[in-house]
Amino acid sequence: MLADKDRIFTNLYGLQDWRLEAAKARGAWNGTADIIRMGPEWIVEQVKASGLRGRGGAGFPTGLKWSFMPKEIGERPHYLVVNADESEPGTCKDREIMRHDPHLFIEGCLVASAAMRAHTCYIYVRGEYIAERNRLQAAIDEAYADGLVGPKACGTDWDFDIIVHHGAGAYICGEETALLESLEGKKGQPRLKPPFPANVGLYGAPTTVNNVESIAVAPTIIRRGAVWFAGLGRPNNAGTKLFCISGHVNRPCNVEEEMSIPLRTLIDTHAGGVRGGWDNLKAVIPGGSSVPVIPKEICDNVLMDFDALKEVQSGLGTAAVIVMDKSTDMIKAIARLSYFYRHESCGQCTPCREGTGWMWRVMERMVRGEAELSEIDTLLEVSYQIEGHTICALGDAAAWPVQGLIRHFRPEIEERINSYRKSRPVPVSTAAE
Amino acid sequence: MPKLTVDGIEVEIEPGATVLQACEQAGSEIPRFCYHERLSIAGNCRMCLVEMEKAPKPIASCAMPAADGMNIFTNTALVKKAREGVMEFLLINHPLDCPICDQGGECDLQDQAMAYGGDRTRYAENKRAVEDKYMGPLVATVMTRCIQCTRCVRFITEVAGVTDLGLIGRGEDVEITTYLEQSMRSELSGNVIDLCPVGALTSKPYAFTARSWELNKTESVDVMDAVGSSIRVDSRGREVMRILPRLNEDVNEEWISDKTRFIWDGLRTQRLDTPYVRKDGKLHAATWAEAFAAIADKIKATKPERIGAIAGDLACAESMKALKDLMAALGSPNLDCRQDGAKIGYGPREGYLFNTTIAGIEDADAILLIGTNPRWEASLVNTRIRKRFVRGGVSIGAVGPHVDLTYDVDWLGAGPQTLSEIADGTHAFAKVLRGAKRPMLIVGMGALTREDGAAVLAAAAHIARDMGLAVAASGEQEEGWNGFNVLHTAAARVAGLDLGFMPGPKGRDVAGMIAGAEAGDMDVLYLLGADELPTSDLGKAFVIYQGSHGDQGAHRADVILPGAAYTEKSAIWVNTEGRVQLGERAIFPPGEAREDWTIVRALSDVLGLSLPYKNLTELRSVMRAAAPELGTVDYAPGGDNVSSVTWANIGIPGALSDAPFEYAVKNFYFTNPIARASKTMAECSALCLTGDVKPQAAE
Repeated sequence: MLADKDRIFTNLYGLQDWRLEAAKARGAWNGTADIIRMGPEWIVEQVKASGLRGRGGAGFPTGLKWSFMPKEIGERPHYLVVNADESEPGTCKDREIMRHDPHLFIEGCLVASAAMRAHTCYIYVRGEYIAERNRLQAAIDEAYADGLVGPKACGTDWDFDIIVHHGAGAYICGEETALLESLEGKKGQPRLKPPFPANVGLYGAPTTVNNVESIAVAPTIIRRGAVWFAGLGRPNNAGTKLFCISGHVNRPCNVEEEMSIPLRTLIDTHAGGVRGGWDNLKAVIPGGSSVPVIPKEICDNVLMDFDALKEVQSGLGTAAVIVMDKSTDMIKAIARLSYFYRHESCGQCTPCREGTGWMWRVMERMVRGEAELSEIDTLLEVSYQIEGHTICALGDAAAWPVQGLIRHFRPEIEERINSYRKSRPVPVSTAAE
Repeated sequence: MPKLTVDGIEVEIEPGATVLQACEQAGSEIPRFCYHERLSIAGNCRMCLVEMEKAPKPIASCAMPAADGMNIFTNTALVKKAREGVMEFLLINHPLDCPICDQGGECDLQDQAMAYGGDRTRYAENKRAVEDKYMGPLVATVMTRCIQCTRCVRFITEVAGVTDLGLIGRGEDVEITTYLEQSMRSELSGNVIDLCPVGALTSKPYAFTARSWELNKTESVDVMDAVGSSIRVDSRGREVMRILPRLNEDVNEEWISDKTRFIWDGLRTQRLDTPYVRKDGKLHAATWAEAFAAIADKIKATKPERIGAIAGDLACAESMKALKDLMAALGSPNLDCRQDGAKIGYGPREGYLFNTTIAGIEDADAILLIGTNPRWEASLVNTRIRKRFVRGGVSIGAVGPHVDLTYDVDWLGAGPQTLSEIADGTHAFAKVLRGAKRPMLIVGMGALTREDGAAVLAAAAHIARDMGLAVAASGEQEEGWNGFNVLHTAAARVAGLDLGFMPGPKGRDVAGMIAGAEAGDMDVLYLLGADELPTSDLGKAFVIYQGSHGDQGAHRADVILPGAAYTEKSAIWVNTEGRVQLGERAIFPPGEAREDWTIVRALSDVLGLSLPYKNLTELRSVMRAAAPELGTVDYAPGGDNVSSVTWANIGIPGALSDAPFEYAVKNFYFTNPIARASKTMAECSALCLTGDVKPQAAE
């Protein structure tokens, strides 16, 4: 269990004041100027050494991502874009950061921008986060008034501006290139890659898009040292992580924990255990709606980190743990996710546009059992036809829950189909006249 | 140059090429729907997926830049599976209505489904239905068939330069629409029909009239404007069923204007299909012999200097040559091919050509438009200018009243005043021209048909000479550059000027002949398809009208000789660049109508002045001897002769009036007799003038 002294987000629950004075008392904005003066290469090295992997879902090493930015500012300016379009079902960690620890986040923006030579940072906040947006803006105003950001930020000679932009509520705008399109004022549809944003990003300029949590932990990592952060969790899965535990637990919560904590420990310690006891557990979606579900047998022993969950054919994603007990209709649960992805598909490329609707319709019938047994395989095949064939990862995200369901709960689907058939009168065949 | 391997074959490719292009070069066919060479890359249909070594997933070959050392596979199980998957997705919501779809037989989806699709569906749900959208009188929509490739959106936005089409909605519910369901406000809108890979956008006038495989396809040249777009005339029996563009990188790329595409219904209506002779004030149908006899009686009784001939905008080179020879045999100097009265045709040939060539616009870095609205006068010239504009790094200035040309233009002034300021170097744009490497100017007919047209032309030539618009070929520069351009509006004009269909010594020009007729000094006027004239002012003159349509000229005529339209004869056309092009006959003229040069030839026999050619080949060799520039087909001189141009001989320096320029084309859809006979053009014109409101039921 993570010791209190190792917590990065010390005001995660909003028990203290979020404002600048209180944030400073908790350690934010401490020595920021010195960090910036160490220079971009040094900052990137620190983040690389810490082993921080992106907290937005894909788990790409953050330091490596920052190092992709050009080493000199060329014709076009560099931009940092922070992805605060937190829309993954089950995920609500960035929301808490913006609500209660906005200054850690703003400081992170400054440090990260300095590391990638960006004078401007855009924060793209999810449209539904209205209070959070206002809170964040208020905190930014405080930071401007205090000279922490703005011209000669923190008294260094680094000019830095930070702009909050809010989305209009489309899930797809959380995809980094769709987010850039949306930020440019266009329709939120993912771009083709290559070119990658580090070469051609916002307004055609070199851009890095990071998750709120990845940015917000950076200053503390540098202050306390990469070794400290790397010492937490298993190798290659370093550090602390915000887990969002929801569903059939006694006390749903957000909690900062060490990476690689056993799933069972996480739920039992922080969420008050599964409703009706651990044995009442049916399945867990360990990383937000897009990762495949894992059944209880796997949940018993699995560790919550990138590699361990990948081994069991799931993923850490955003670490949004959705717990489902035995009362759950698994097929219906996944059908609801299929509906979500059908609704949020941008419609740009064929497999996702056509496939998500197909999957959802079949899923809806399977909820009622109104299907053929052979359709289970067809459904699985359709999901593989979507996966990996689309422009962005939304197609994969739509396919994985269905794949997880069929992988682990096939007998349940078959049972549903068979019982539906038994409940129907057998059609009597009559001779054609 | 990067080298990569496609299916084991090593290919060397141009830097910047995509994997798809590399695959094509290696001879591997890649299916595609959204990809189009002339449009931006969307990468959304996912049909072109291929396997790349070391890539975890199949890649979209249309969007992936080819790089050195790539190893691409297009025939593996993974690729086959991916294509089948995408094809299945495309088909689940595509209606199975090929038998009643106009695209049938020339449908990309149909063809590729045969090659890459499965033989049955696994989709047991209801298919999606999409409401059809109104897109104007030219484009019929069946939006349920749409596969959302967005080619149409990209064309209208990027090439046509209007933002009237878009993809709205999300996921399964995305729809192509004109937003408020109005017609597309573009003169190029018909091209979306060709671009659409399925039957979602089809031709409304052509709907359900023919199947593509039952049509005869004839390669020809368009005459709606002086661009001379390459077209394919699709005919069945004695009717032209539709007109499609043909690829010609030098002229029209693969686009044509709506007028070119949809004019064909005008070829069927208002046709002159038998000779007519006026008796007691009324036109009566007659035989050829009667018509010729009436003409011969009149001409033999008239002095040559009281006979005149005017060639219209749609006259082919052969008929003008024959008529010119007949006038010479009669001894009359009164002939003119400039029925709009343009003050051009004297001096060097470069003085009336589009010398940069249309493709050459893409090399220009400064463009000055003088009294021209290319969007209406020559839509595809405008498209090239826009193409150049989109690439960036070009300054475009215009002298004339403000119009929307689909690109940013500096409106320098409305009239000749501005032109003289540029000519004497006091205007800021003179600096732009001087500073440019390849500057060009375009003079429109609106500026040249004025009283001071010759002076305007001289001023333009002055600019060309003084501002470095003409650069001879040298060591650095392989080809000469002549930035002086005249943009014609009539398909016949350049050929007429080349043939010298102009007033001879002491001969009258068009204005002189009309004034003469009104004053009673001209007794016979031979109108060769000339309809854009004030025919009510012809006094008591005996008017012979030879042409294809019962338009203004025929109404005034005393004898009508029915001729052939451009689709009904093999003819030579010279476009505004001076490019000689051959149009082939697609169908026969209706009724008694004949190919135009044969009518003149037959008349010459009746007059006892037999012309010295008995067939088209002989006529063409006589023509080539008289005008050698008509000898080389599909060649435009461009800047080849730039060093020998005597600029002082272009135009006549003189006083410029203060009146602002007016543009030559007042109504894009009604510029010639065929267009005026077309119902489709009438509909377009009405929408264009009144604004387009979708008809709605009264409440």
